[in-house]
Amino acid sequence: MPSQWESTARLVRRTGFGASGAEVDAALRVGPARFVATLLAADPSEDPGAKATPAPHFAAAAPIGKGADKAAKKQRNKQRKEQLVAATAWWVRRMAAVEQPFGEKLTFGWHNHFATSAKKVKYPTLMLAQNATLRAHGRGDFHTLAYAMLTDAAMLQWLDGQKNTSKAPNENLAREFMELFTLGHANTYTETDVREGARALTGWRIQQDGGTGVQTRLHDSGRKTVLGVSGNLDAAAFCDAVLGVPTGPGYLAKRMWGRLVSDTPPSAGVVDRLVAAYGAERDVGAMLSAMLTAPEFAAAQGSIVISPVEWLIGAVRTLRVPVKTDADTMKLIQVLRGLGQVPFYPPSVGGWPSGRAWLSTAAVELRLQAALALTRTGDLSALDGSVPSRVDAVAHLLGIASWSARSSAVLRASASDPQRLVAVALNTPEYLVH
Amino acid sequence: MDPISRRRFLIASGVTGGAALLAGEAGFLLSHLHDRAASTPLAAGTPILVVVTMYGGNDGLNTVIPYADSAYQDARPELAYDAGEVLHLDGDLGLNPGLKGMAKLWQNKQLAIIRGVGYPKPDHSHFRSMDIWQTASPSAPVNTGWIGRWLDATGDDPIRAVNVGSILPPLVVGAKATAAALSIGKATPLPAGVTTALVGLAKSDASDTASEAMVCSAYAAQRKVAATFDPVVGGQRSGDVEGDGLKAQLAVVGQCVKAGVPTKVYSVSLDGFDTHADEKETQQGLLEVLDSALSGFLADMATDARGRGVVVLVYSEFGRRVAANASQGTDHGTAGPVFVVGPPVKGGFYGAQPSLRDLDDGDLKSTVDFRAVYGEIVHKTLGADPHQVLDTVPGELGFL
Repeated sequence: MPSQWESTARLVRRTGFGASGAEVDAALRVGPARFVATLLAADPSEDPGAKATPAPHFAAAAPIGKGADKAAKKQRNKQRKEQLVAATAWWVRRMAAVEQPFGEKLTFGWHNHFATSAKKVKYPTLMLAQNATLRAHGRGDFHTLAYAMLTDAAMLQWLDGQKNTSKAPNENLAREFMELFTLGHANTYTETDVREGARALTGWRIQQDGGTGVQTRLHDSGRKTVLGVSGNLDAAAFCDAVLGVPTGPGYLAKRMWGRLVSDTPPSAGVVDRLVAAYGAERDVGAMLSAMLTAPEFAAAQGSIVISPVEWLIGAVRTLRVPVKTDADTMKLIQVLRGLGQVPFYPPSVGGWPSGRAWLSTAAVELRLQAALALTRTGDLSALDGSVPSRVDAVAHLLGIASWSARSSAVLRASASDPQRLVAVALNTPEYLVH
Repeated sequence: MDPISRRRFLIASGVTGGAALLAGEAGFLLSHLHDRAASTPLAAGTPILVVVTMYGGNDGLNTVIPYADSAYQDARPELAYDAGEVLHLDGDLGLNPGLKGMAKLWQNKQLAIIRGVGYPKPDHSHFRSMDIWQTASPSAPVNTGWIGRWLDATGDDPIRAVNVGSILPPLVVGAKATAAALSIGKATPLPAGVTTALVGLAKSDASDTASEAMVCSAYAAQRKVAATFDPVVGGQRSGDVEGDGLKAQLAVVGQCVKAGVPTKVYSVSLDGFDTHADEKETQQGLLEVLDSALSGFLADMATDARGRGVVVLVYSEFGRRVAANASQGTDHGTAGPVFVVGPPVKGGFYGAQPSLRDLDDGDLKSTVDFRAVYGEIVHKTLGADPHQVLDTVPGELGFL
């Protein structure tokens, strides 16, 4: 059984980005139940670090018209791409700056769930608006969040919802909404439900101001049947029919477990408890609370490989690496790019891979090089003590309860060089696996 | 390429321009490491497989186009190519006008077009269907890819298969072995102290969980991979957040092949084929990217003794619906053409063209089981028994 300090360290790490020993000590003093309650009660937009890093605001580009020449189009595309990179840089800075990281961790988790890529969406204001919606609704009623995503401008652009008309429906959004966002592959729904669902979603358009709405003449107002519900179904009725599938919450619980707890799926008993907590209210916060305080959460120690964003932002936060200038941020984005996880650029609507996918031979050298670079500007004053004391000191700095005999021996050999010591510690199996 | 000029190319076993930027340019060559390309080079004439995955579901009917069939024009009037636009293969079929290089390879009898390739009970999910193509297991999900199982069956050297890109696709993950992964870009070698630490971290500890032990095995594999590839490959990353292109990926493969690296399988990819809307221009653009990268690569390979053993397999997770949707695009479909191309390939058509009149709920009916393609490649290109890799081994088609 892990010690209380060790399981608290895991709780702090899983709900944030990295964890210093001091943060673990503080969480241990309040106890896990109150720690989790405080996390879930906090409003992420009120965090002082969030207030210090307001989202960028991009003025709407003047319309260039359909007949615009190539140079004007090229200029507009270049500007959008620069703004998208600026938006990515902002989110990375925000994740590093917040005092309580859970809000950003959860928002990133929902971004991975409702994975939408700027590579296709291309409009920075739409990506930022979706990000704000995920942050605002990430721990309340899942119906609110799911419907907001079903009618979200970036999502409509991403899954061709705005091209879906009564004349001939486009299935993309209806399919992925059921397969990935709410029910799981082939869970209850059929190909007919996909085709009928697409008809229910016809007519949605993105408006000039970035809002969305239905154009009645493009909407199919005929009778449809989705998952046994018949009538002149629209997006709201489609959403209700899908969220009414009794096995949907179990899928959501397993997806969230995979993001927050473990690469190993939860047992049926755990899923039942999470679904019970979620309840008829579809209370995501209650599901998260049940997940984070379950005995199985602590028992899952050592079962999830951390993703590049968790790893890099965790190291930046723990070492207090300065992320002030654009150049500082761009270096971080390039590391994430090399490792394959740039925020706002998931590889597909299925989100990023997990587990072993993050442990390729290519990632090994990248992570070590990045760690060495971080130690050059990071705060290593915790290692000012004698050489023999540093192996324990680096464990405390990084929130690790104890090193294995293997890692301890490797770290002792690097203890005379604090930069190398920290870079190697950030790459131990104990640090890379929660 | 002689060893000296090979060393001018610095490698890629993991370090990108980004990391180099972050890490600075302090570095020295890993000259103490064993150079596998020099010590155990691949014998010239050994077949080499390059797998190109097209993510998103490439529209097969607008790739190998049944231009002469009125049912094709009728099903997708705004998306269809006419007889004057396609690159003619015969009286019925033509290639997309974006595939000019492939058309030349067809004339040179180096392009095999296998028509109507699919699997039983087609699935319209990108993720499940791509999983099926990569694992070659249509009946039930398994956690090993067909190249991964070939790795499992044939030894433990981690460099037998190489994925270009730091994230391993299921294709190259086996139960015991996985492919090595290379990133594109100039290497900044790790300081000696860190390299020594890595050797230590590669040892599993009794207290390790299964996930922690995976970290150790990645470290063990990385040391061998670095020793092989550090002296061989170079190239510049674009620095673009959207990722490196197919051309840059194939350039890395080309450098490895020419240097004699003893790798038999390379995996590269191109994405963006999910053309639900405004498909014609988008897909043709992507096929041009594929065509230019692939024909450039094969032209380069034709100048090299080892390169002349290269066989390229090009596939996607499904074709698309026969009829267009209202967004000038197509929704997820089923069977599609597979390309096998390279000097050892017997060019021509294989498999029957699926009918446009006898459809399965609007989708093409597959005429060739995808495992027939894999089985022949495992047998002829990889020189292994397909039964070690595939649950079902259909008869060979004869393209190799």
